[in-house]
Amino acid sequence: MSTELPEPASKIELKPGVGGGGEIPTFNITLRVRRYTPESTADAYWEDFKLTMYGTDRVLDALHKVKWEHDGSLSFRRSCAHGVCGSDAMRINGRNRLACKTLLKDLDTSKPITVEAIKGLPLEKDLIVDMEPFFQSYREIMPFLINDGHEPSGERYQSAADHAKFEDTTKCILCAACTSSCPVFWTDGQYFGPAAIVNAHRFIFDSRDDAGDMRLEILNDKEGVWRCRTTFNCTEACPRGIQVTQAIAEVKQAILSRTV
Amino acid sequence: MSKTSSGTLYRGREGMWSWVGHRVTGVVIFLFLLVHVLDTALVRVDASAYDAVIATYKNPLMALGETALVAAILFHAFNGLRLILVDFWKQGTKYQRQLLWGVIGVWVVVFAGFAIRHLSLAFGGH
Repeated sequence: MSTELPEPASKIELKPGVGGGGEIPTFNITLRVRRYTPESTADAYWEDFKLTMYGTDRVLDALHKVKWEHDGSLSFRRSCAHGVCGSDAMRINGRNRLACKTLLKDLDTSKPITVEAIKGLPLEKDLIVDMEPFFQSYREIMPFLINDGHEPSGERYQSAADHAKFEDTTKCILCAACTSSCPVFWTDGQYFGPAAIVNAHRFIFDSRDDAGDMRLEILNDKEGVWRCRTTFNCTEACPRGIQVTQAIAEVKQAILSRTV
Repeated sequence: MSKTSSGTLYRGREGMWSWVGHRVTGVVIFLFLLVHVLDTALVRVDASAYDAVIATYKNPLMALGETALVAAILFHAFNGLRLILVDFWKQGTKYQRQLLWGVIGVWVVVFAGFAIRHLSLAFGGH
């Protein structure tokens, strides 16, 4: 039997060396990770990893490469790896970023890329911090709809203009990049922090919600919005582009102008 | 657990560094006011002692110190106005960076005017 295989319809003649993954440029980087392994050493230390990465890779891919091919003990959080779940906020070259949204080619690859855990929360291991104080503040502002009226038979309608008032603050993914970029939060763990205020803003300015006054009362505290010193670190750090400082300023103004 | 050293300095932008500047100048001004209240209160105790203390201020080192003090007060004052605008003007957060450049511009002009007059009185003329 002569087996003359038919040529697949999609076959395209490629010159050698063209096509495939080889076309993506590669470059060498030094990933400088702040390690903390409480079971073996008391202090945190820097560890360098020399890696060859692709132009399409993100900092998260570099961390994966370290964990999967170099040192399996490296610990960090990530879940969706696509900028939605908010698990992998970390300090990259000194600024809070999501590792999964930071392309290596956008960083200066001629120098070591520093990766550290976010500041102001208790460090547990390597890049993992205890998020509990962060979520505690989040819970305190009651991040859910409170409506005293009768339950409607259908949707709760809202005009586009009313929605626009809080549209920006609905985008929060609770990654803590803002709260852990705040100099006030670093030294004052009692401060609610930008993320909690952003999520309060999301309900305070929602026309369907009836507990705005209660939330304003919670934030009208010396550890509430008045602790904000408008350093704008939070706005700069937010991976969703939320105008965090603006939202905090709106809550400040709402506290002053509300009719009690 | 959190006692481990915190690694690198956070790389903030204009907003954070203007806040650092505001804090530092605030502390400087507070220390000055502390001394100032004490030396001025001295006039109630003994007028000649007050004159003696004030006379010790009339030297080149104090002239430079006064220049630095005015620099700190001017920055703190103008940046303070900026912070009020950021908090209470609807567009304040949007234009905080431009406001800071405005603060620095006004600061340079006013401080240069003061420094020229003050230092020429302190070091020349007599």
